[in-house]
Amino acid sequence: MDIKKTPKKLNVKEKYRLMTRDLAWEPSYRDEKEIYPYVDYEGIKVHDWSKWEDPFRLTMDAYWKYQAEKERKYYAIIDAHAQNNGHLNVTDARYLTAIKLFLQSISPAEYASHRGFARVGREFAGVGPQVACQMQSIDEIRHAQTQVHAMSNYNKFYNGFKDFANQRDRIWYTSVARSFFDDAMSAGPFEFLIAIGFSFEYVLTNLLFVPFMSGAAYNGDMATCTFGFSAQSDEARHMTLGLECIKFMLEQDPDNIPIVQKWIDKWFWRGCRLLTLVAAMMDYMLPKRVMSWREAWNIYGVENGNALFRDLARYGIKPPMHWDDVEKSIDHTSHQIMLGLYQWKFGTAFHSWTPTASDIEWLKEKYPTTFEKYYLPRWEYAIAQKENGGEYNNFGLPKLCQTCQLPCLFTEPDDPTQLAHRETEYEGEKYHFCSDGCQHVFEQEPEKYVQAWLPMPSLMQEPLKGDLAAWMEWASLEPTASGEYANSEDKANFEKWRKQVSTD
Amino acid sequence: MSKVFIILQANEETRSIVEAIEQDNPDAEVVHEPAMVKVQAEGHLVVRRETIEEEIGREFDMQELNINLITLSGNVDEDEDALTLTWNS
Repeated sequence: MDIKKTPKKLNVKEKYRLMTRDLAWEPSYRDEKEIYPYVDYEGIKVHDWSKWEDPFRLTMDAYWKYQAEKERKYYAIIDAHAQNNGHLNVTDARYLTAIKLFLQSISPAEYASHRGFARVGREFAGVGPQVACQMQSIDEIRHAQTQVHAMSNYNKFYNGFKDFANQRDRIWYTSVARSFFDDAMSAGPFEFLIAIGFSFEYVLTNLLFVPFMSGAAYNGDMATCTFGFSAQSDEARHMTLGLECIKFMLEQDPDNIPIVQKWIDKWFWRGCRLLTLVAAMMDYMLPKRVMSWREAWNIYGVENGNALFRDLARYGIKPPMHWDDVEKSIDHTSHQIMLGLYQWKFGTAFHSWTPTASDIEWLKEKYPTTFEKYYLPRWEYAIAQKENGGEYNNFGLPKLCQTCQLPCLFTEPDDPTQLAHRETEYEGEKYHFCSDGCQHVFEQEPEKYVQAWLPMPSLMQEPLKGDLAAWMEWASLEPTASGEYANSEDKANFEKWRKQVSTD
Repeated sequence: MSKVFIILQANEETRSIVEAIEQDNPDAEVVHEPAMVKVQAEGHLVVRRETIEEEIGREFDMQELNINLITLSGNVDEDEDALTLTWNS
């Protein structure tokens, strides 16, 4: 009897070659330079694009198959969440502040990243990075959409979710993430990859997603946990792309090393400044905490970052320039940012609060050298004001850093009692910075950063000329979505609805 | 030496995968955190298809790891038989 031979399946390497490399062709009637006009001007030299290879060797057919599977898992949970009053299962409504901040700052950043990768996928001259960037571009729009979709279930019940797309461009703290991504998108294709693919995805994304999503799970938020892990499953591929790209650039030509080093210095610092908002979220906004910002930094910043830079040392790459300043700031930033958000809470599209007695105990334990000494007295001052029937607000407008766009509220790396402030004069105008790191970034490309759109100066310009009420309306900063948590509709509604569904 | 790691969602499928990784990497450390599980080792970690197939009781495609993967650290190399993570320092 004939034994039917099953055709041999292609092995992964062969399949990758056929379905990626083999999709490219040599142009015959147009010049390479006409087709890829942006690959040279940054000074990065590439001799052989075929040396770039995706270590996962993912091809488009497998990509669609696994992404579809992720979507099915995601929607099964999102449907269950919506059908079963999932919003009432979170620890308490304070938790919503964390996801409002996420929706207003991070989800639009996913969309920006989608656009950026679509662009560089077109601009690179090699088929390996073209395919990988295309997949990442599709991933990023999936992230933006699943996040918006997951949080739309909260928007049915709570304030502060409804106008995130406009708010991304208009609120002072969201402009931090916006400026980060606008800066990357207006850079060249190689810098974009170092900015987003390497510095943000490889060095910093674990600090954003892993503790945040684990925190969501711990606080009963199945919807967020699910979109987070669903997105994060793509991040492992993105991180690997980021690392491969940097190795590719460094191996192609020794002249690339100083250029790449400059970008690492810049984007590591910019990323760390952006993540100060995540620090505040982790230490203050989760009613039940998984780990402190300091602990997350030790694992994903210090341990993992050091492993990476020890590995890259063989190319002559050094750890980022302002690494020591970041390390010195870790025990301070979350407290400084949260005190800032609290004192300007009339201008945030989320609620904030003073730490409770148990929060204070936790913060003391996690930050034994800084919290009690420098920050507890300030929280006690705010708490005392409330107890006397007042409210701790700062109606002055913050001075924003020209580079990171955060208020200049950080302290000197070696003196936590002294506010840091740097100033640079450029073409007759003064520019302000929160740190040496941000000043350094500005001074490398002043002609770029003088064009930055900053919310506070624009409030003072035409047509608003300082009309705060008109500006708040333009930025959709409604009183119901702002201010002290204890007095909020969100708190009252959450408690009322939870009572209705409980049998106690 | 630097640590490499792989973090997976904690679910029915990854229970077998983590058991397979433990078998192939006796020195690896397994850390359970809310909704996720982290496996870490000094310098080198290998995830083998055959061991996973034995544990999970069916054929397994290494690219299926993508579905439950949360993050990883180290230089990646993957083919149809194994995924390895290494740091060169």
